Amino acid sequence: MFEPILTRNCSLPRSETIDVYMANGGYQALPKVLRECTPEQVIETVIASGLRGRGGAGFPAGRKWSFMPKDPQLEKYVCVNTDEGEPGTFKDRALVEKDPHQIIEGVIIASYAVGARRAFVYIRGEFFLGVKRWIKAIDDAYAKGFLGKNILGSNFSLDLSVHRGAGAYICGEETALIESLEGKRGEPRKKPPYPANVGLWGKPTLVHNVETLANVPHIINRGASWYASIGTPKSAGPKIFCVSGHVRNRGVFELPLGVSLREIIEEHAGGMAFDKKLKAVIPGGASTPMLTPEQVETPMAFETLEAAGSMLGTGAIIVMNEDTCMVDVARRLMRFFAHESCGRCVPCRIGTQRMLDILERLERGKAKAGDVACLEDLANGIRGRTFCPMGDAAVNPILSGLKLFREEYEYHVKHKRCATTAPPQTPSVA
Amino acid sequence: MSPVQSRDGLSDPVQIFDPAKRSMLLTALYIAQEQYGHLTPDAVERVADRLGLPVTQVYSMASFYSLYRTKPMGRYILQVCEGLSCHLVGGAESLVSYLRQKLGIEVGQTTKDGLFTLETVQCLASCGTSPAVRVNDALYENMTAEKVDELLETLRGYHV
Repeated sequence: MFEPILTRNCSLPRSETIDVYMANGGYQALPKVLRECTPEQVIETVIASGLRGRGGAGFPAGRKWSFMPKDPQLEKYVCVNTDEGEPGTFKDRALVEKDPHQIIEGVIIASYAVGARRAFVYIRGEFFLGVKRWIKAIDDAYAKGFLGKNILGSNFSLDLSVHRGAGAYICGEETALIESLEGKRGEPRKKPPYPANVGLWGKPTLVHNVETLANVPHIINRGASWYASIGTPKSAGPKIFCVSGHVRNRGVFELPLGVSLREIIEEHAGGMAFDKKLKAVIPGGASTPMLTPEQVETPMAFETLEAAGSMLGTGAIIVMNEDTCMVDVARRLMRFFAHESCGRCVPCRIGTQRMLDILERLERGKAKAGDVACLEDLANGIRGRTFCPMGDAAVNPILSGLKLFREEYEYHVKHKRCATTAPPQTPSVA
Repeated sequence: MSPVQSRDGLSDPVQIFDPAKRSMLLTALYIAQEQYGHLTPDAVERVADRLGLPVTQVYSMASFYSLYRTKPMGRYILQVCEGLSCHLVGGAESLVSYLRQKLGIEVGQTTKDGLFTLETVQCLASCGTSPAVRVNDALYENMTAEKVDELLETLRGYHV
């Protein structure tokens, strides 16, 4: 039985408070770092732990830290990405609402390691409880001397404040997040230069997902080799998986990376609801290619999912049963992407809308011969030709859907209706 | 306290330091929206004036982010999540049709008394606890017909 690490406090009463966090071993990594480690040693420890970013891309965290310029005179920033908005993902919200101090401790340690004296939390505008939890937690951390001037008597100082977004999925992309922090439209920047060199207000900036930072205090407390022993050689540590869709117990499950998709669905999420057969799984959030029932033994890790033709993404697992219409799934996801395209580059702005038009026609029984081929052309035309990864994200559900379930698309064209006519299952509201 | 954050958590546009001045735009728009009900031309102009920015730039922000409203809205904006995860388990559609029936409006419309606007959104990160509805800044999860009735009644109770 895996002992939860990141979510270990989440079921405790008042887990969001600084008292509960401290009573359960919180803020012990910070004094250790400030008294015993140089910034370089902290970076080395994080590199040795094998921690990889949990926001989707999986870039090695310690290496990202090491890219930050070493010049102590240079103003540098750390940004905490709480702009969780990928359909199917609800892990960051849980961490922020239930254990914000764990993240704050991670932010302080990361800021110390890269030499930042100013850090910002960027939180999705919709997460109002999250905003309140962040603000209260930051206030309490200031009151205890974990933030502010000369933290715990050291000569390291850090200010942390909250910046509330206003409803734009694209601001989860790190350069769009920086633009939004600067008070601009959340349109991604060209990379390179990467934020580690030119970020917020043109200064070196480290942007990390909430879950990534939550791992840091544990790595300091228990050591890099302990951390590296969890998971697989290329994907170390615990991961918070969010399971939704046609399973008995939807929810958040913290498990070591490398656990099989089958184990997550059957043992932790209680198996398929109503004993229906599994049809497809989205393994890492709306933008990751689908997997088939034959692939359920795939270990949930960065390298294994890549080999299976998909991605770990955010670890948001959406489970779909035999009654699911895959054209409808694609249409729903495309509605999201078409709405969230920032509009900066043509392939994404126009392409997502045209793909949505075709998917709506297919669903309404109005599709013409050639529509499926056109959809595929559009998807292939967008892939790799957009400014930021959102274009690829938007076409993944289409291309993987067409690869695995093309006959369903053709059926919609030929018969003007869906092959799977079963209505959605309960729980019904009205 | 950190320098740009006041006690209530809302950054004060007056106390800011210069490079961050433009950064206050999102917060300033939230404050203006709260005061004016929605971002009227007056509200946008006031924000532009206060931050020393061209009106066009402020308006371009208001139109980019979906939580800013440039049209009049109901006092309570009911946003039902109909993202993929919510759709799969069925509750989202029936919640929307229940609300349409109950309020006598279509999605995107506002009730005659100006109290409720009904909207659908794509993901509220409540995929494990759907159906979910966000009412202004509060999130309600695992909704049922009874809970919706209760909620509407409570909200109406504030305005009799």
